[in-house]
Amino acid sequence: MLYSSLLDSVGGTPLVGLPTLSPSADVRLWAKLEDQNPTGSIKDRAASRMLLEAEKDGRLTPGCTILEPTSGNTGISLAMVAKLRGYRMVCVMPENTSVERRQLLAMWGAEIIDSPAAGGSNEAVRVAKGIAEEHPDWVMLYQYGNPANALAHYDGTGPEILADLPTVTHVVAGLGTTGTLMGIGRFFREAKPDVRIIAAEPRYGELVYGLRNLDEGFVPELYDETLIDARFSVGPRDAVRRTRELLESEGIFAGISTGAILHAALAQAAKCVKAEQPADIAFVVCDGGWKYLSTGAYEGSLDEAEERLEGQLWA
Amino acid sequence: MAVEVRSPTILRNYTGGAKAVDGSGDTLAEVIDSVESDHPGIKDRLIEEGDLRRFINVYVNDEDVRFIGGLTAAVGDGDSVVILPAVAGG
Repeated sequence: MLYSSLLDSVGGTPLVGLPTLSPSADVRLWAKLEDQNPTGSIKDRAASRMLLEAEKDGRLTPGCTILEPTSGNTGISLAMVAKLRGYRMVCVMPENTSVERRQLLAMWGAEIIDSPAAGGSNEAVRVAKGIAEEHPDWVMLYQYGNPANALAHYDGTGPEILADLPTVTHVVAGLGTTGTLMGIGRFFREAKPDVRIIAAEPRYGELVYGLRNLDEGFVPELYDETLIDARFSVGPRDAVRRTRELLESEGIFAGISTGAILHAALAQAAKCVKAEQPADIAFVVCDGGWKYLSTGAYEGSLDEAEERLEGQLWA
Repeated sequence: MAVEVRSPTILRNYTGGAKAVDGSGDTLAEVIDSVESDHPGIKDRLIEEGDLRRFINVYVNDEDVRFIGGLTAAVGDGDSVVILPAVAGG
């Protein structure tokens, strides 16, 4: 395939069958390999779309500084696009994120401002909003509320899945900013409304939920619960177990959040088998495992891996 | 029906510091009422105007109750109920 630039090559990822993990010939699992995007994650779609839309509507002008709260992947994608388009990139990132993410951000030229581990991404959002007030000339693309985030999946990820797998019955993806599922969900509600949209969200250790009061809770502005049909919370033990299974059975080396998504996809597959209901279940592989090697998720026993992930933002 | 209800750190001032408390009932609403009778005050932190508060997520066996009937979600013997504040991902 020929593209005129790296940015033009974002998306168009393979959808591969999982012959070993699929429970039967009638209930099949399919993995959408988003790790095959330029910086290795699904966030290249949202980041490039948000940035290009901001250029189009005039919010971003040459020499601008972009600011974004991110636990990693969005920042890495934005840093890559910002570098190519000539912007300075500043990320606000919780300090309990893996070292590889920091190395990659630095490699693409982003500056990192740490936010406290307690409170996770909530804190990163709060800190970033404060910095944005101090620097009114900086542009915060704000992935949690930017419609271009969901639009990238409404125009890209959703239609790609349907084109490759017209018999699709379920789509399972991760819930963070909610952009992926809002875009995919809205697309299928219009194009093939009987497709069930299933969300898997990571359940972290207690540190991450350590809000001072409940009013500090956060629901992304993009989130519209009518666009999904079920939502599952998946802890690190199940996520790591499934990440390892995916590698062991199908040879796919994915990040830990993908394990959480696969866990929800396999639960759905089991329900379909029980109900004797044929199903083609597509799920998103958000990124590869490379950025999480230092977390220890891929070595030792599950108990050890679970312990090492305690308090970390692993998704 | 006996169920385990796991409380987030921020609500443990109501549970005497306990991470998990026992509840009973056939629906989430009944379970919350049973927890309230042992730990007065907690219900008001979870429910507002007859519905779950916006920044509270409750899961029965890891499934978000908002998609399985909300406060009327069925709860069975041995199920796990997890309460978490809504936080940002991404």
